[in-house]
Amino acid sequence: MPPRLAWRAAELVEIAGESATARTLCFRVPGWPGHLPGQHVDVRLTADDGYTAQRSYSLAGPADGDLVELTVENFPDGEVSPYLTEVIEVGDQVEVRGPVGGWFVWRPESKAPVLLVAGGSGIVPLMAMIRARRQAGSRVPFRLIYSLRDQDRRFYAEELRRPDPGLDVTYLYTRSAPAGASRPPGRLLLDDLAEGGWPANFEPDCYVCGPTGFVEAAADLLVALGHAPERIRTERFGPTGGS
Amino acid sequence: MSIISRGFHGRRRPDSDRLPPGQYLVDDFPVLSAGPTPQVPLDRWEFAIDTEAEQTHRWSWEEFQALPMETPTADIHCVTKWSKLDTTWEGVSLDVLFEDVETAAEYALIHSYGGYTTNLPLEDLLDGKAWLVHRFDGEDLEPRHGGPARLIVPHLYFWKSAKWVRGIRLLNEDWPGFWETAGYHNYGDPWREQRYEGD
Ligand SMILES: Cc1cc2nc3c(=O)[nH]c(=O)nc-3n(C[C@H](O)[C@H](O)[C@H](O)COP(=O)(O)OP(=O)(O)OC[C@H]3O[C@@H](n4cnc5c(N)ncnc54)[C@H](O)[C@@H]3O)c2cc1C
Repeated sequence: MPPRLAWRAAELVEIAGESATARTLCFRVPGWPGHLPGQHVDVRLTADDGYTAQRSYSLAGPADGDLVELTVENFPDGEVSPYLTEVIEVGDQVEVRGPVGGWFVWRPESKAPVLLVAGGSGIVPLMAMIRARRQAGSRVPFRLIYSLRDQDRRFYAEELRRPDPGLDVTYLYTRSAPAGASRPPGRLLLDDLAEGGWPANFEPDCYVCGPTGFVEAAADLLVALGHAPERIRTERFGPTGGS
Repeated sequence: MSIISRGFHGRRRPDSDRLPPGQYLVDDFPVLSAGPTPQVPLDRWEFAIDTEAEQTHRWSWEEFQALPMETPTADIHCVTKWSKLDTTWEGVSLDVLFEDVETAAEYALIHSYGGYTTNLPLEDLLDGKAWLVHRFDGEDLEPRHGGPARLIVPHLYFWKSAKWVRGIRLLNEDWPGFWETAGYHNYGDPWREQRYEGD
């Protein structure tokens, strides 16, 4: 029997605003074993009367010693995300266990071109892949298609603006597009994936992450464009979207 | 001893002795899978049980539809922490499918259209514990929820309830499936919180 994945104390060491409704939290987790981009942690919160709640959050960056970075979007009527985006302060503690998930990961030694398709906070594990690529000095070409409501919801805006050779970024706005955007606001369509992605015969590894409905739609469109289902990995951030 | 998160009060939900530890209730029906949703036309659908002695029992869609149906109601528990109570299904008990299957195997490996696999002890499929279902909540099962047909094994985490199921291979030795080789628990009992390897 392998040892149980331990719950570890995680102390918040840094907070950064990420968008109008999200923030990035950096925790110090003594004993953290490291992780691959795309993996996630389980976060456990305990109230003073012993009540607990757990949720999963993707790791936003590649392994960095005992530091673990998460970006959390606020769901106003949620139980956990309002605490992480509004209440918790530097010095406070939560528990984390992980890393979890060995399928939705990108390995820096991989040579295949990569297509990343993000819906909303689904950008988080994909950003970890982009950062890991840069850190490893990988020359593998990446394309990111990032669908979001409006500019205020954009995560990692500064960093994605900086030139990163071999990384192409396309933004798709669903509610309101900024002036000069090349496309009117609307949901992800076949053409968006055909233009911002790779031809299927390049055999890219595709990673799709976001709310369920978005992931369903994007993965179906990729299959329609001829991408092999085995090359399309998905991560669905529940809980809504399916019925 | 767990660590208190200062300022966290949580949202007290009605206590339910039907909720395993670490789970919370949802009313919607989240979807989780590792890749795109496979589309399986009914005229090409088949379900097969392969025994350890290489005997195959096969059902076409029509043959499956002709079997005696049950309408189980079950609570389901996903490893990503949501639970849904009183879900209603329609399908065939695995006991019916196994009526003529002669086997001494102890393990079952479920395999799906799209390549997904998951393993469990054969006894966890029998004695009224599992169903091959094609309807949910009075409607035909949508592809995203595993249609045309999926397995329901309510007493284990929901990843064991394979969607788009295509067959069961009976084995003398246990053979871990897709999530089981990716760090998840081999058995997956929600009441013992067997989420990850080693739990
Ligand atoms: C593997 C995995 C990785 C994840 N990574 C991240 C991440 O990096 N960043 C992040 O912000 N979230 C991530 N999530 C989602 C996260 O786990 C929580 O579901 C989310 O923070 C909401 O929790 P809550 O307790 O605030 O809301 P809950 O109390 O669980 O839900 C309250 C209500 O809010 C709404 N709601 C909650 N979550 C969503 C959603 N994702 N989409 C639409 N509506 C929703 C629903 O109406 C829901 O009924 C991930 C989920 C999974 C499974």
